[in-house]
Amino acid sequence: MYGFVLRRVAQAIVAILGVTTLVFFVQRLTGDPTLLLLPETATQADVDAMRHTLGLDRPMIAQYASYLWDILHLDFGRSYTQFVPVGQLIIPRIPYTLALTGCALVIALGIGVPVGIVLALYRDHKATSVLMGIVIAAQSMPTFWSGILFMLIFAVTLEWLPASGAAGFESIILPSVALGLLSMATFARVTRMAVIDELSKHYVRTAKAKGISTFRLITHHLLRNASIPIITVAALEISNLLAGAVIVETVFAWPGLGLLTIQSIVSRDFMVVQSIVLIAAFITVFLSLFADLLYAAVDPRIRLETST
Amino acid sequence: MSNLFGKIRLGAVSPVVVILVTFVLVAVFAPLLAPHDPNAQNLLGRLNPPGSTIRGVHYLLGSDELGRDLLSRLIYGARISLSVAFLSILLSGTVGSFLGMLAAYLRGPYEILIMRMADIFLSIPAILFAIITVAVLGPGFINIIIVLALTRWPRYARVAYGQTLSVNNMPYVRLSRFMGASSVRILARHILPNIIGPLAVITTLEFGLMVIFEAGLSFLGLGVQPPTASWGGMLSSGRNYVATAWWIAMFPGMCLFMLVLSVNIFGDGLHDKLDPKTR
Repeated sequence: MYGFVLRRVAQAIVAILGVTTLVFFVQRLTGDPTLLLLPETATQADVDAMRHTLGLDRPMIAQYASYLWDILHLDFGRSYTQFVPVGQLIIPRIPYTLALTGCALVIALGIGVPVGIVLALYRDHKATSVLMGIVIAAQSMPTFWSGILFMLIFAVTLEWLPASGAAGFESIILPSVALGLLSMATFARVTRMAVIDELSKHYVRTAKAKGISTFRLITHHLLRNASIPIITVAALEISNLLAGAVIVETVFAWPGLGLLTIQSIVSRDFMVVQSIVLIAAFITVFLSLFADLLYAAVDPRIRLETST
Repeated sequence: MSNLFGKIRLGAVSPVVVILVTFVLVAVFAPLLAPHDPNAQNLLGRLNPPGSTIRGVHYLLGSDELGRDLLSRLIYGARISLSVAFLSILLSGTVGSFLGMLAAYLRGPYEILIMRMADIFLSIPAILFAIITVAVLGPGFINIIIVLALTRWPRYARVAYGQTLSVNNMPYVRLSRFMGASSVRILARHILPNIIGPLAVITTLEFGLMVIFEAGLSFLGLGVQPPTASWGGMLSSGRNYVATAWWIAMFPGMCLFMLVLSVNIFGDGLHDKLDPKTR
């Protein structure tokens, strides 16, 4: 068990190192930021001076080393266009994105998993195909389209909820439903498939033959086994939600990290874009590590197989 | 009972196939079908509601903020959505599935190399990775396909890897290995048919996702560049007129929804047909 945990943590560290390297080189490909910083009238001497201040005249390896060193100290550098540490721009936005993705996840899991169980248990029932139709329809709604549609219905026509911005509790409802819709459908489908898979196994027949109630069969037998694919998908879904926030925040003018990302791309502020991508990647690595460890705790087969 | 379920599914698939074929035909024959030039502006005919006629020009689905015919732009937009999704899936699906199977079958250093690479790519949320890469490569048709394939191959690799692992130790695979079957034969004859179901389902879901991703990038202004018509780009300008000219966002949104919905239902039917457990 300890061997498995150690190996998995080592893998996560390699992944983080890989992502950081990938982002470093992607960012270097964007070209020299000095030209963006200086006025058009700047002389070559000005350019060289600026390059020296930013450390861009050093060898690539040295730049890479100091870049890694800074990230290790959670120093994400300074914005090229606003001349403040990137952290100052990012930190005030974090609570907004957390609230949005959190609400979306609660909506997605809270509705998706029970719907998936119902879809699997009553898959021969006629009413189920209607429910399945709704799930597939939800999965086919791009977030920016459902967002605009919700805005049209609930904000413009009915005037129940605000169309955009972040003023109070009402304004988080539309964005988080729009964001959570796709994940909800994913959870429903994955739960359905996992439960159907389990239903065909012998232990279910045995349990039924022994006269177990459907409720107990679900809570004590099916869900524990079906939870493995759900856990993996949940870990991946959280990062999908974070990424989806970029679009939902743009649609609803929600002042989180996603909107900041797009604003920074428009103003070519790559230090900010790079930092947000890195933070999102770190969160994703951590979540997938967490999912795998949970995996191993739930299913001893995985633990045994990977430790040999 | 499962047989009946299968029949219902099969019945439900056919209208979906008709819709999908229609989308493909519309995309292919766009120049013949479009009533107007999709990029022709008419500043006197801006923001006209569906069905209006301005100076002898009839706008069946209305016009956008530059007076361009919405129907023509929708028809040309289908080309972008379908071709980007198809080509990126072809690239990421084949490469990803192959690498995943290889990793699980060969184990050892190949497994570590391939799956760690997949982990690294998966660590960056796809749309963010696409955004940062497009920001570097620059927007454009080919770049979008490359970016989408680059961000999505790990999905296939992971599914193929996990499925292959679980099949690899099955008695029939072990047996055929003991009997001297070559690796190629084991992979192609024993492993692939048993993992193709989940892969096919992933592929169809991914097709829908790729359509959504392309539209999303265009919505953010990072996709195919204006004036080329794309549904995402049309939605993006429609968002600004949602209170006054609903049709600009409504029609491309409906098209996206119909296309993705048809693909997903098709994938579902495929899943039920391919998975022996539901047959």
